[in-house]
Amino acid sequence: MEELTKVTGSVTELAYALDTFYFLISGALVMWMAAGFAMLEAGLVRSKSTTEILTKNITLFAVACIMYMLMGYSIMYPGDAGAGGWMPIFGDILGKADNEAAAVLASDGKTYYSNLSDFFFQVVFVATAMSVVSGAVAERMKLWSFLAFAVVFTGFIYPVEGFWKWGGGFLDAKGFNDFAGSGIVHMAGGAAALAGVLLLGARKGKYGPNGKVNPIPGANLPLATLGTFILWLGWFGFNGGSELKLSDVGEANAVALVFVNTNMAAAGGVIAALITARLMFGKADLTMALNGALAGLVAITAEPLTPAPGVATLIGAAGGVLVVFSIVFMDKIKIDDPVGAISVHGVVGMWGLLAVPLTNSDATFGAQIMGLATIFLWVFITSFIVWFILKMVVGIRVSEEEEYEGVDIGECGMEAYPEFVIK
Amino acid sequence: MKMVTAIIKPFKLDDVREALSEIGVQGVTVTEVKGFGRQKGHTELYRGAEYVVDFLPKVKMEIALKAELLDQAIEAISNAANTGKIGDGKIFVSDVEQTIRIRTGETGPEAL
Repeated sequence: MEELTKVTGSVTELAYALDTFYFLISGALVMWMAAGFAMLEAGLVRSKSTTEILTKNITLFAVACIMYMLMGYSIMYPGDAGAGGWMPIFGDILGKADNEAAAVLASDGKTYYSNLSDFFFQVVFVATAMSVVSGAVAERMKLWSFLAFAVVFTGFIYPVEGFWKWGGGFLDAKGFNDFAGSGIVHMAGGAAALAGVLLLGARKGKYGPNGKVNPIPGANLPLATLGTFILWLGWFGFNGGSELKLSDVGEANAVALVFVNTNMAAAGGVIAALITARLMFGKADLTMALNGALAGLVAITAEPLTPAPGVATLIGAAGGVLVVFSIVFMDKIKIDDPVGAISVHGVVGMWGLLAVPLTNSDATFGAQIMGLATIFLWVFITSFIVWFILKMVVGIRVSEEEEYEGVDIGECGMEAYPEFVIK
Repeated sequence: MKMVTAIIKPFKLDDVREALSEIGVQGVTVTEVKGFGRQKGHTELYRGAEYVVDFLPKVKMEIALKAELLDQAIEAISNAANTGKIGDGKIFVSDVEQTIRIRTGETGPEAL
């Protein structure tokens, strides 16, 4: 009998180790999405804005990590004290001791991964949400104003709405469903970006008189394509890791289904976006195919577990169609978004939330719409206020001369491709 | 001494260079240029919005040579750069007053 207890204990410890490992590896995959965003954005801006967008991408990641450690995580996960609430409180501060082996064994399966692995997994999500913003405001926003916004967004705005659902707050209690964050992460990023762009304005020369749209082609489509592939890979950690557990047959099967559905939705998004672009414009627009892949991924993120793979493909494909129309529409109303982030993450994030009840019988359209509206309004309004204050106090837009010369020289003092220039 | 300036389609550069080597031309200066002629520009598409590319890429070759090589050189360039389609380019000929080889100080046709 004593032997049996010992074996059971070892198996439990092994499962704990496996689930913790799975969490960490998933988190590392999501961290790699930061590279995807950096490459995608570097590819879709002009070469004179490359150094600055890369600086923004790596620095926002670092800001997100530090702010989330200092306050974000404890706001988002206050523990039982915050159950069902809407008012953020500071919960467990990071740095307390991790789980003891005896406590894990005694918890009867409730404690099955390291607390710090949970922090690591969550911290890369907040960085993802912030990455969405940088592309939309590219080529004209002041570097330091952007980073100041990142401090508030990653330390406060995102953790509060994250707490409302994932931290056990009132949206969770109302039955709102968002598996890995179509709304909490992606739409939130899109809403913050929209608020920023509305206050920032379009790049000089993007919109001419009489509704004319002057395209500003991206400098490096190979980089944009590589970035999209990196994001696609990272998304397996994003959605797959959000199952939170791997170590039994049921959970392992669930993780496999999430991987397959995530992949299929991206594939559906590419095909649908490419065909839509071909029908609308007469040409196969690569940048739309890239946005289509991401749209498919965003669309399936709210519920990658209940659809069959065929249905997941269709959910992704619908996202792919939607994103093309959305990008064209945004240009019509003069919202200049160089990488299409507001359409990909914001608009398609909404579609992802609304698609959940189609396959998940526990979800309702009412709860989804309430969650969608709550998160969007919270993030949009608070972001607008922060951007507005920054605009009044330090300014958010570089001078016209600096924009013309390129923010690389103006903000960073260096070019990304200096050897191509005659000195 | 003559200066031949030829504006040609970029992908014809190798053919023209070979044709010139065959008739004994020893040096060419090449510049990537843009311009328009009767070919005009063309439209491109980016994320659903069309834009006109007014200036098309061409290659400009500058060849300084002895006067007696001129007719052969013009023929070689004309044949090698010809695709029969609009936009094949033009050849301009002008006189060269003097040529100096910097290393040795030689002047005139010997310096070519």
